[in-house]
This record gives sequence, C-alpha cells and structure tokens, in this order.
Amino acid sequence: MTLRLDALGQRYGDHPVLHDITLTVPDGQLLCVVGPSGCGKSTLLRTVAGLQPAREGTITLDDAPVTGVPDHLAVVFQDYGRSLFPWLTVRDNVALPLRRRGLARAARRAEADRILERVGLDGTARRHPWQLSGGMQQRVAIARALVCRPSLLLMDEPFGSLDAQTREDLEDLLLEVHRTDATTIVFVTHDIDESVYVGDRVVVLSPGPASRVVLDLPVELPGKRDQIGTRRLPEFVALRSEVGRVVRGA
Amino acid sequence: MSGGRGTVGHPQPAARPAFAWRHAVLRLVVLLVALGAWQWGARARGSVYFPPPSRIALRAQELWFSGPARHAFLSAAGIGDVLPSLGRMAAGFGIAAVGGIAAGVLVGRSAWAYALCNPVLQFARAVPPPALVPVFVVVFAFGAPMQIASIAFSAVWPVLINTAEGVRATDPLRLDVAAVLRLNPFERLRFLLLPSALPHIFAGLRLSLSLSLILMVFSELLPGTANGIGFTLTDAQSRSDLLTVWAALLLLGVLGHLLNTALLAVERRMTGRRRPT
Repeated sequence: MTLRLDALGQRYGDHPVLHDITLTVPDGQLLCVVGPSGCGKSTLLRTVAGLQPAREGTITLDDAPVTGVPDHLAVVFQDYGRSLFPWLTVRDNVALPLRRRGLARAARRAEADRILERVGLDGTARRHPWQLSGGMQQRVAIARALVCRPSLLLMDEPFGSLDAQTREDLEDLLLEVHRTDATTIVFVTHDIDESVYVGDRVVVLSPGPASRVVLDLPVELPGKRDQIGTRRLPEFVALRSEVGRVVRGA
Repeated sequence: MSGGRGTVGHPQPAARPAFAWRHAVLRLVVLLVALGAWQWGARARGSVYFPPPSRIALRAQELWFSGPARHAFLSAAGIGDVLPSLGRMAAGFGIAAVGGIAAGVLVGRSAWAYALCNPVLQFARAVPPPALVPVFVVVFAFGAPMQIASIAFSAVWPVLINTAEGVRATDPLRLDVAAVLRLNPFERLRFLLLPSALPHIFAGLRLSLSLSLILMVFSELLPGTANGIGFTLTDAQSRSDLLTVWAALLLLGVLGHLLNTALLAVERRMTGRRRPT
C-alpha cells in the first residue's frame, strides 16, 4: 500500500507541530522516522492513523484520501502495558481485531494461536498480559497488529521501553515479518542506530515547533541484516553518523 | 501500574495461610468479646428496653426461622415478612443497577452530556433519599410500586455517578486502540468501557446496596404497609414489644452483612482475573 503525505501540517490550537511534510512511502517500504523528542513524530503517526484530522495538506493511501481510521491499518504503540487489555487473555487480545472479519470463534482462536506462534509466544495464549515480561507483552501487541494482515503498519517507538537485548530480538522479528509479508511500515523511533538497522529509508524531522523533514536517506546495506555483523559494516557506520549529525542539528 | 515498562507483572500474592488464619481467629475473638460484654451488661442491668442478645437471637429464630425444613426453615412470618421485603429490595436495587449503569455509560461517554448532567446529578445525590419517599407515596399510592420506586430512585445515583466516572477514566490510549481496531460501539462497550469501569461500578453498587436496605426499611415504616421487616418493626413498637424490635434490628444487620458479602464475592469473581491497579 502506497502512503502519500502532501504538504501535511498539524497544530494544537496556535501551536504548530508539523509543517509542510511531503513524503511518499512506496508499497512494501519500511520507513523510519527519527527526530528529537517532542518533534511531533507521534503526532505524525496519529494523523496517518486517522486518529486526528490533518489541519493542512492531505494524506492518501493508494490514492484514496484518509479521513477516518483506514481499513487494513494496524498500530503498535510504545506503551504495551496500556495498549493491551489486561482483562482479556493473551489469545483474546490478539483475536479481538478478527471480530470485524466475521470469523467464527474457533477460527478466530486458531488464527490468534497461529500468529502467537509466529511471534514466538506459543504456550502463552491463556495467560494474561500482565503475567508476561515487557518484551513478551510487546510481542503480544505486535501479534494483535499482524493478525489482520495489515497493508500498512504504524509503529510508535515500539521498542523504546525495552532493554537492549529484548529490543534487538524484536528488531529482528520486525525485519523477519517485513521480509515475509512485504507490508508498508512506518516506524517512529528516537534511536538513530535502530532507525538505520531496521529501515529501508530514514527520514529525520527537525526539532519542533513546526517540524519538517530535514533529511531523507535511503538505507542500502549489503546482505541480510544481523545484529553483530551489520552494525560493524562501514556503510552502517557512515549512515548512522550522517543521521546522527542531522538529528543533532549540525 | 503506572506505565509498567520493562517490568514483569505478578498477580497479587495470596495472603499467607497462617496469617489469614490468625486474622480470622482474631476477628472471631473480637466479635465474641463484644457479644459477651453486651450479654453481661444487659443481664446486669435487667432493663426490658435492652434485652440480652441471647434472648434477641432466640426471638428472631422463633419469629422467622422456626418453620419446616421444606420451607428452608422459614416460619409463616418469615415467608410473609422477610421474603416480600427482600423481593422489593431486589427489584428496586436491580432497577437501580441496570438503569444506573446504562445511564452512567451514556453520561460518561460524552464530555458534553457529563458537563450538562453533572450539576443535576450532584443535586439528586445530595438530597437525603428518605426525604423523597413522601413524594413517591403521592405519585404511586401505597404498596409495593411506591416502595420499589423509592428504593430504585434512591439507589440509582451512586451507580450512575460512579459508572460515569469510571467510563470517563478510560485510558485515552485504549480508546485510540479501540478506534484503530475499529471496534463497533457494542464491542467497545463490552471489551473496553465496561471492564475498565468495573471497579468504579462496583464501588457504586456497594453504596447503592446499603441505600437499598435503608430505603427498604424506611418505605415499610409508612402507613399503608401490610407486611415486611420494617412493618414488623413499627408494629412491634406500637405493641411495646421491644424484644421483637431488637430481633428485627438484628435481622437487618445480618441481612445487610450477608448481602454486602455476596456482592463482594461477585466483584472478586468478576475482577479477579486482572491485576489490581
């Protein structure tokens, strides 16, 4: 699914947040959006998700304007503790989006179990989210996002509150999902290394107010990415320095 | 849980058995000491106005619980007074609970409705419920409809206000999640709003339950009542039968305690599968 932002602007009252953002994310691309905190990254995602209307400009998905929450869209939020429903089991959380597809209960459960296995959570279906570690809870949230096979996946600093090891595991899970499903993904992060490691392309927003795009960089890294090897490549080091320089406003 | 990032959640550990056991024994000891003091004081004083608890309990037993086993040991007075009272209370409380939760969700969902209704609700809540009973006497005439209406109208406010507060307190991020998952209004109610407001709703129900008991008795104290625990109370008082008055008070206390315990058990069953927040 191709996502197109055209002169997108967003404001809270008189306070401008985003200004003149024009971007095209081609079908199947994993775009990372980086920027200092408070630059409006989350606002950008919320606007694309249709959770708040754009104040200026337009958003189109495969040439259809976004007015409400689009179909075939999934969002993973940073705060898994709040985004999951604690009164539902892991399986029921994951199966929740399937209700609107009109599947029978047994089919919903089977589908949920299948996707749980895919994100490495087999055996947790009947537990409750708060009985799992933070990394596992975020896996549940990812499973809930993937269960409807979205064509556009939005992720708002999804690994920002996880420890380093867990974060690397989940970055690799995301890359694996992206390789197999070829979903268009917009991934917001403040972590420069992470953006270069997972992204096909990195876009840097300027510090607010009225953030705009200050760098748009394709990420071309040789070979399949892996946590140890890729991060040592000269291409990786060069890219992360460039992104880092722009983020720091040099 | 505030944010709860990167932490492993554990369900609340159950109280250690030895500890819970000691607590139960202690509670029983306090109860027995209080009863003993009452018994001793009443006997020492020998006043007809303050009979000892042993005689009160005996009177309660012979009045209401001396029936045959096939009537669950309820005597004729038990069937004729206790059951109608409980039935009217259940009807009033049931109407209040269902109506209060439904209206509370509607008011709590819309900031606009909440702003409009809040002063009215605060006013309705501030009126002492028994003061409204004379109004219902005029509107409904005497008898069960008036009594049920009094109970329902008094007990509805705590549920309504608490449900509205609970629904308003729904985590905005979870509302975003519901929007992104494109839950329909019914699913949003069933999977998000009601479960999230459940602790508030039960806080309201507990208040409403004790109000229901109060209004049940109060509405039966008025002329035109033919049966019920409140009627037994006034009737015995007019005959200067203080022992029966005390027995009715004892019965009301026990009933109130049992009903509250039952409601707590329901609450624990319904909210037990989530982490206490």
